[in-house]
Amino acid sequence: MYLINIKCTFGVNFKQIVMSGISKTSIARKFAMALSGLFLVLFLAQHFTINFTSVFSEDTFNEISHFMGTNFLVQAVLQPVLIFGVVFHFIMGFILEIQNNKARVVKYKKYSGGANSSWMSRNMIFSGAVILLFLGLHFYDFWFPEIVHKYIESHPEDATRYYSETVAKFAGDPIRTGLYAISFIFLMLHLLHGFASSFQSIGFNNKYSRALTVFAKAFAVVIPLGFIFIAVFHYINN
Amino acid sequence: MKLKLNIWRQEDANAKGGFETYDLDGIHGDMSFLEMLDILNNELVEKNVEPVEFDHDCREGICGMCSLQINGEPHGPDKGITTCQLHMRRFKDGDTITIEPFRAKAFPVIRDLVVDRSSFDRIQHAGGYISVNTSGNTQDANSIPVEKENADLAFNAATCIGCGACVAACKNASAMLFTSAKVSQYALLPQGEIEATERVLNMVHQMDNEGFGNCTNTGACELECPKGISLENIARMNREYLSASFKG
Amino acid sequence: MSVLDSKVPQGPIADKWTKYKNEIDLVNPANKRNIDVIVVGTGLAGGSAAATLAELGYNVKTFCFQDSPRRAHSIAAQGGINAAKNYQGDGDSNYRLFYDTVKGGDYRSREENVYRLAEVSGNIIDQCVAQGVPFAREYGGLLDNRSFGGVLVSRTFYAKGQTGQQLLLGAYSAMNRQINRGKIQAFNRHEMMELVVVDGKARGIIARDLVTGEIERHSAHAVVIASGGYGNVFYLSTNAMGSNVTAAWRTHKKGAFFANPCYTQIHPTCIPVSGDLQAKLTLMSESLRNDGRIWVPKKKEDSIAIREGKLKPTQIDEENRDYYLERRYPAFGNLVPRDVASRAAKERCDAGFGVNKQGQAVYLDFKSAIHRYGKEKAFTSGHKNPSQEEIIRLGKQVVESKYGNLFDMYQKITDENPYETPMMIYPAVHYTMGGLWVDYDLMTTVPGCYAIGEANFSDHGANRLGASALMQGLADGYFVLPYTIGNYLADDIRTGEISTDSKEFEEAEKSVRNTIDKLINVNGEKPVDYFHRKLGLIMWNKSGMSRNAKGLEEAIHEIAELRDEFYKNVRVTGKAESKNAELEKATRVADFLELAELFAKDALHRNESCGGHFREEYQTEDGEAMRDDENFKYVAAWEFKGKPSEAVMHKEDLNFENIELKTRSYK
Repeated sequence: MYLINIKCTFGVNFKQIVMSGISKTSIARKFAMALSGLFLVLFLAQHFTINFTSVFSEDTFNEISHFMGTNFLVQAVLQPVLIFGVVFHFIMGFILEIQNNKARVVKYKKYSGGANSSWMSRNMIFSGAVILLFLGLHFYDFWFPEIVHKYIESHPEDATRYYSETVAKFAGDPIRTGLYAISFIFLMLHLLHGFASSFQSIGFNNKYSRALTVFAKAFAVVIPLGFIFIAVFHYINN
Repeated sequence: MKLKLNIWRQEDANAKGGFETYDLDGIHGDMSFLEMLDILNNELVEKNVEPVEFDHDCREGICGMCSLQINGEPHGPDKGITTCQLHMRRFKDGDTITIEPFRAKAFPVIRDLVVDRSSFDRIQHAGGYISVNTSGNTQDANSIPVEKENADLAFNAATCIGCGACVAACKNASAMLFTSAKVSQYALLPQGEIEATERVLNMVHQMDNEGFGNCTNTGACELECPKGISLENIARMNREYLSASFKG
Repeated sequence: MSVLDSKVPQGPIADKWTKYKNEIDLVNPANKRNIDVIVVGTGLAGGSAAATLAELGYNVKTFCFQDSPRRAHSIAAQGGINAAKNYQGDGDSNYRLFYDTVKGGDYRSREENVYRLAEVSGNIIDQCVAQGVPFAREYGGLLDNRSFGGVLVSRTFYAKGQTGQQLLLGAYSAMNRQINRGKIQAFNRHEMMELVVVDGKARGIIARDLVTGEIERHSAHAVVIASGGYGNVFYLSTNAMGSNVTAAWRTHKKGAFFANPCYTQIHPTCIPVSGDLQAKLTLMSESLRNDGRIWVPKKKEDSIAIREGKLKPTQIDEENRDYYLERRYPAFGNLVPRDVASRAAKERCDAGFGVNKQGQAVYLDFKSAIHRYGKEKAFTSGHKNPSQEEIIRLGKQVVESKYGNLFDMYQKITDENPYETPMMIYPAVHYTMGGLWVDYDLMTTVPGCYAIGEANFSDHGANRLGASALMQGLADGYFVLPYTIGNYLADDIRTGEISTDSKEFEEAEKSVRNTIDKLINVNGEKPVDYFHRKLGLIMWNKSGMSRNAKGLEEAIHEIAELRDEFYKNVRVTGKAESKNAELEKATRVADFLELAELFAKDALHRNESCGGHFREEYQTEDGEAMRDDENFKYVAAWEFKGKPSEAVMHKEDLNFENIELKTRSYK
């Protein structure tokens, strides 16, 4: 939906400005940050939808997971794009943080940030860093084993293994479940500012903005809670 | 009332500054914050100490000359006002007040609490105008009607007093609110629309060159702005800038 | 024949300016590139002049003491700007604006200058709209107007309560365009300290860089003084803290005559002084008088009880209130011109009816406006029989929509809610009609030195009408000076760059350094503010809203004494070679201490009451001003002769050929 908006507003060729303008101007940088963020939000929604099927239907979950894990388009095109999106978003985040730090050489002795802005908006780098650490754990848990399984050890295809593998990670493992839950809380904080604010960055501010902000904030709360629910569900149920 | 003041002192742009503490007595609630500083300064002069330099001029909240980060907030704890409109009744007997200059790489300290905000001027030089001759041979003022809604929005953007509180409040020292207010004012009026593309590109380019930080939409600028300039202007500038980039 | 030649062109008044423009010498564009002009002050007059001169092709250098041209005190004008556009079709015309301005100025201005002002006024609005000034508009998209202070048409254009700011930002944007083209070099945080006169012509200035303390020489073929008024001679005024007379006074000392220094406008609706250590007064827009009613208690004992905090204004019944403006001036009521309203307030307070702790305030009451608007609103929205609470609630809404920002400002400063209790107001110094004498070309008596805006004396006579200051500043800067200065500079095309190495520059610089050293070396015991405050008290008490010969004589004496004490006992801390606010104040107060004496001297010599100058000896039985056209229908232009006390007066007789002289009556 938002992608459509962007296209409507700016024509089709936004890639050009993202690529050429990134390092050049502040507005292009925040535009790029917003676009990559929105892309990741989209991915998050998709990821959540698939995961959620594991709560009620083992078969559906296996089916979709198998499709995602073996489809050429997903594996060879979407997966690299996603990885690029993630890497871009966090590298850009760090670059921006460094630049922003440089914009105020001498810091305030007393700075009452809380008087005029939310904690989330001021600590995106912190919540982002926690999410990045989480991604490390998540890759260690799922992505690396999956790659090893599929491409290095070249096991034959098995369309029914996904559910049990996933559930096994959480079953009887309070520490992992806890770590996941904490990370999702940080994801929530990150999204609470990031999602809604990305519309502002791409220049979308009009009579629909209020509704969109409500939606974005709801999304920011519901999706991470949903992920926590899934993790806890499997922890308790098995 | 009695107060303890923690004030940043710095001899000149190159000197290393530091905080000094002053005790001040006999302050009334009806005094303005700057009158309180006047009193401190007169006491300092009588003690043969160089008084605290601070910027101020109109003292009625419109010229934008006064600045000051007071207890961690630009123009002090009240919203929607400048430092000169802040009154001492906002403080209590025995309070400690920390007073710092607006901090940003693009606002270097000149002396004590005085900072150099000429970067704002340079952003304006880059395109904060409509290229019309001042000869007076212009068309009649009523020849182009302007939709009231746009005229009002343009006016709201134009009320910016250029004080720099937005930069001072922003954790990234970003000047987006200031720049976008000017870009918006002109973009909303038929007279300014013609040069909108060039203007936004040039002004943003200059803003970046001055060393301001990036906008991360924290919204601190809007809340601390004495004139309540809306964040909507930043969105408008983003839009203007991005579409200008495609055209340009 | 007087030494003063106003150089007014011949012919019928409506044709003079056109004829003048057709006949003057022009400078060709290639030659303009070789000509430099200095503009001191970047408010409406200076900013618009600098932009226009640069656009014509001259090399312009601007100077202002603020950190940016955008901060000049023109920014504080709230109400609006007059222009004879007649968009409302209510019979306005150039002549009517001209007539109102001359009459409002109590027949003490030069007809021809005022007519020209009215003539170009419409163009100002065109210009500003083209520049993107966001004036208030109606729903149809066309410009809105309102009426203002004592005139019978709606000719005031406005941008909410920030007209001055928006117009200044317009002029500043025009300057920015020229700065970007490299045609204006802006020297901000610089103060002009001396005018340099070479071979009888103004050829440059000495300026102090207020950041580094460096003394700089700047040369030019002409110098324009646009440094505003000198209301801060009263210490407490609505002027900005930095507003000063230094540029104008130094020019005066170099040969420019100072005209009518005693004409001061005291604005009736300011927030009263609250304490001894107050530094600044705040103006509440004159527009409040459209709906507010001004009163004091009828009984002195009520006033005393209020002052002691035993009685509240809301407890005083209608029959015990004295709406003194409505009583004295039934025709104009609360909308009499500023000078009349101010004096009436002072009269009541002096008689012991003042209502704040110091007894120096009157009430401005919105209760009846709230009722009136509330009833109207209730009626139009269908409540034909509204309750009292309903009326008050709706009325407050209407008043809020009209004056909300002013009410908020009042509450912030005084901590009182003006919706519930009447506002307290008192007159305060606001504008100075006097200033450097200029001819029709706006040139002072120093060839090549011009004065525009509030810094000159020309258009407002003895009293300025509301919304006319902005008009004059922009008229001078955009439309008058750019023509007249060309006429002078046409002779300078072969002069070439003016050297700053001449002995005149050297002497001027030395004199500036001496002044500064002298101030720093006094090393007395009192801060500069001490003297400024004392000067203000003398001026306010003896040379303020009403004056008499005895008081003025005392004032002259006391000012001279204070000046001596200043040079013996002032303490200026810090160094000359750095940012030093105390030194800045000291140089300004030193000049105020001289100007003040000339001010009082001028007031003493003018044995009549006119406009802002009210001499107690010259009033009618019921306390109205008595003008003396037979003996004082002239401009008093003072020539500096080494000391203010020795200044010599020259008269420029005023001829009124197009307007009949009448006694101003607002009854």
